[in-house]
Amino acid sequence: MSEREIMEYDVIIVGAGPAGLSCAIRLKQEKPDLMVAVIEKSSEIGAHILSGAVIEPEPMDELLPGWRDDPPPICIPVEKDEIWLLSQKGRRRLPTPPQQKNHGNFIVSLGAMCAWLANKAEALEVDIFPGYAAAEVRFTPEGAVGGVIIGDMGVGRDGGQKDTYMQGIEIHAPITILSEGVRGHLSKQLIRKFDLDSDSDPQTYGIGMKELWRVQPGKARPGLVQHTAGWPLDSKTYGGSFIYHLDKDRIAIGFVCGLDYEDPEFVPFEAFQQMKNHPMVHEMLEGGEILSSGARAIVEGGYQSLPKTEMPGALIIGDSAGTLNVPKIKGTHQAMRCGILAADHIAKTSSVEGFDAMLRDSEVVRELYKVRNIRPAFYKGFWRGFIRAAIETITAGKLPTTLSIHPDDSSLEKLAGYAPPDRQWVDRDLPPRDRLASVYFAATAHDEDQPVHLQILEPDICSTRCVEEYNNPCTRFCPAHVYEMVEDGGSRELQINSANCVHCKTCDIKDPYQIINWVTPEGGSGPNYQNM
Amino acid sequence: MSRILIIAEHDGTALNISTAKCVTCAQAMGGDIDIAVFGDAIDSVAAEAAALDSVNKVIAVSAGHLAAPLAVNWAAEAVALASDYSHLLGPSTTFGRDLMPRIAALCGVNQVSDIMEVDGTNAFRRPVYAGNAIVLVEPGSATKVVATVRIASWKAAGGSGSASVENAGASSSPAAHTRYVGLTSEGGERPDLQSANKVVSGGRALGSEENFELIYGLADKLGAGVGASRAAVDAGYCANDMQVGQTGKIISPDLYMAFGISGAIQHVTGIKDAGTIVAVNKDSEAPIFEIADIGLVGDLFNVIPELENLLG
Amino acid sequence: MKILVGIKRVVDYNVRVRVLPDGSGVDTDGVKMSVNPFDEIALEEALRIKEAGKADEVIVVSAGGDECQQQLRTGLAMGADRAIQVQTSEALQPLSVARVFLKIIEREDPGLVILGKQAIDDDNSQTAQMLAALWDRPQATFASNMDIDGASATVIREVDAGLETIEIDLPAVVSVDLRMNEPRFVKLPDIMKAKRKPLEVISVEDLGVAIDGQISVSQFTPPPQRDKGIMVEDAAQLVQELKNRGLL
Repeated sequence: MSEREIMEYDVIIVGAGPAGLSCAIRLKQEKPDLMVAVIEKSSEIGAHILSGAVIEPEPMDELLPGWRDDPPPICIPVEKDEIWLLSQKGRRRLPTPPQQKNHGNFIVSLGAMCAWLANKAEALEVDIFPGYAAAEVRFTPEGAVGGVIIGDMGVGRDGGQKDTYMQGIEIHAPITILSEGVRGHLSKQLIRKFDLDSDSDPQTYGIGMKELWRVQPGKARPGLVQHTAGWPLDSKTYGGSFIYHLDKDRIAIGFVCGLDYEDPEFVPFEAFQQMKNHPMVHEMLEGGEILSSGARAIVEGGYQSLPKTEMPGALIIGDSAGTLNVPKIKGTHQAMRCGILAADHIAKTSSVEGFDAMLRDSEVVRELYKVRNIRPAFYKGFWRGFIRAAIETITAGKLPTTLSIHPDDSSLEKLAGYAPPDRQWVDRDLPPRDRLASVYFAATAHDEDQPVHLQILEPDICSTRCVEEYNNPCTRFCPAHVYEMVEDGGSRELQINSANCVHCKTCDIKDPYQIINWVTPEGGSGPNYQNM
Repeated sequence: MSRILIIAEHDGTALNISTAKCVTCAQAMGGDIDIAVFGDAIDSVAAEAAALDSVNKVIAVSAGHLAAPLAVNWAAEAVALASDYSHLLGPSTTFGRDLMPRIAALCGVNQVSDIMEVDGTNAFRRPVYAGNAIVLVEPGSATKVVATVRIASWKAAGGSGSASVENAGASSSPAAHTRYVGLTSEGGERPDLQSANKVVSGGRALGSEENFELIYGLADKLGAGVGASRAAVDAGYCANDMQVGQTGKIISPDLYMAFGISGAIQHVTGIKDAGTIVAVNKDSEAPIFEIADIGLVGDLFNVIPELENLLG
Repeated sequence: MKILVGIKRVVDYNVRVRVLPDGSGVDTDGVKMSVNPFDEIALEEALRIKEAGKADEVIVVSAGGDECQQQLRTGLAMGADRAIQVQTSEALQPLSVARVFLKIIEREDPGLVILGKQAIDDDNSQTAQMLAALWDRPQATFASNMDIDGASATVIREVDAGLETIEIDLPAVVSVDLRMNEPRFVKLPDIMKAKRKPLEVISVEDLGVAIDGQISVSQFTPPPQRDKGIMVEDAAQLVQELKNRGLL
């Protein structure tokens, strides 16, 4: 192995999402001479960004004061909020809780907004490199984080070098910012290595699935923000839908499902599709067409699960740490704030030390603290959760107790003795017909001749223990139909269709044996979301 | 009145069916139709061209240096004839796509590529963005129209015509800077998947590499190319370059027969422009039946042998 | 010798292309734009020829608005020495592009011009042939292999019937097909180096090219839906049906 080429920066940021880009912009605003680079595994900024999204604009006002005169391409002021409780055929309007009062907020395409932020960052001379994946952390001789190693490209499925082989370079930097989004693969390694979660609860997640639709003229009401709860989920499964009405006859529709669900046979994708076929939603979508679709895990542990965010040479910010506000279902403003705080800290001290303490004393964590008990309240089911959530909201989180967060990977009930609830699901007729058809709209692309990026650490378990205990739930929770159990002369083997992967990280999270390890494929691979 | 000149595609011995298809397109355009045959010792080809329906006249230009279909030489001949014509047509095959733009540039005009449909006088429809959009192209009548004809969109004209054949010598001398060396068919007698008019494809239901022989057998009987779904390729039943679909080859044969292929959209993307899609699958709910022109719910292991029997 | 490589900014091949509801074009809003894949292959070939010592400069050329500078910089990052943007706000059709290239050829006097065989937006496959005609030089289209030997080249072309071999004298125009090569990845440090390589902007007027003879292209519609099919009961019916349709 030849010596890797080295590039040096003052700060290297991994991941061009709202946290990373805000950090980059702020760093250059405060210290224009700092050498800052952002690397991003997707082929283009925004291609791997998937979010509802309704955002609170305050951090944007702080970072880019003139932004309202030159807003991101898709940016619609919220006009109205509606919360609905659905039953199979019916619906009941619920009062809008304060966290869902969106006056003054904006419906955006977070992907388009990140591309817009990236332009701002480049104008400040941040070097942004889409199409390059940070495959490994680079450690200094003293054991601190000292940058990252870009993944080799042009590697064949068997690990050999193809004609196009290009060794990944090393990026050396005294400060590395991990802003990889939910369940970042380098963040996961570093949290383990530096024991950053020893004092926090396990992290918990949801899966968010989304489709962007162009509907028949008149069906979309720009600025309308709708959320639903209830059907098609049962009372023990946390989640609900969002329906955000954009301009140009477009509707962003999605579904979030807590990954602490217990039914091993549950198919989150199907729940999403069922919701679309509820009469209230079906009416909006019929005659329309899907423009884009995809999925991404959402981080839900909040305050209790927030790990220590600093380690020698690096910081973890945004959803890689877990700053999303669950009852608001908003993480962007928190991620941006976090990125700005990190930049301020680095500009002031030229180091990462003290950031964690400063973060915990900041608006970011204060906001998380206020709502810390809402998500875990739902461990007792929908109605008890709803009541507790109401109490927590009214008391603004000032009650002395703090509920603990449970991990997702141990929440599945074993098949034997488990009876799933009657879901009252219907025959549905809206596209996409199945996960394969859905993944088509994610425009996900992976060179098939490359190592499989989903590592199964103990492959024997799949066809022995897992099939018995849970009937291979990965074949159901993956929204992209990556995992299949195929008959191969008498035995059933796991087949991994890694080319379908949309990089949502659900498998890495939900697999009950924690043997699935998601690593980054060749830079530029993965979804090509447009306006998601 | 339009005067259309079709540049014939041939291999020295026989006309390529693409020429008959150009005639049909020319018929749709309306006007007098002449065919130019360039080459050396082209009597039989000229006679075949003269037998095509609705052809007025065949101009056979014969010279040693025209034996090889080099665009530089054939374009010079076409341009020498062009002043008598309002429209020059060629097929959108590698031959026509190589030749016709050179003619267009020499005539000082842009070219209309891949005519799918004639929509009025000098109004044509053609595919762009790999067939994801169809556009209306209107070259207008002020200048000559040079165009290529999308072969998959037109039927071949019949052969009951009786045009006259006019023989002529070459107008131009051979271009010294381009020399023809030779042509080799790609290995094997089976037609290349990308360009075959008939393709037989197999899916994971075949079950094994050995069973894939059934597909090869039927293909050979039909003179067809062979394709596969990604699932079959991933399962190791056949080589990677046989994959048809979004991440494999996008093909548009006249006849596509899919055996044991479920028809996921990723596969269907590869064949959406096929002429006739036939699907045989045990599962009546398989998505392929939604786009197949002819569907048969049945076990391919029974159907394929039956087909072979019937085909004799 | 110098090699000119033409590159076009097109909608990325991964994008699910959609027609605008008013039929005026396809939806390019927020859509990823890239170097035309065949043009990347053309550039890769030019770079390999230079690395083999048979050329001393590779110049990438693009005709378009300032956005195409992004693609020219990608070309420079891959290894081209210089870039030229012929600035125009109008979408040029192949004859105009060929005329533009002819002017650049007059300026630069290259030994070889390598283009992609077609752009994946218009799918015209005309520019290389037209340029060769205007320049009165050889054309070698759909090339999958090229061997330069002094003042001439042996090119293998992918044709329907198989592989055709021709010999052409340089200077000439070659258009490349998919199987010519696999373009290299760009190394990060080279992206930085590319920022410092020369990128010249010349307006199409200053170049002296009149854009005329453009053909009207309108009424973008989605492809026709396939008609609903029929079901048959058995192999015999299938064969009969195929015979009826003239397919057997």
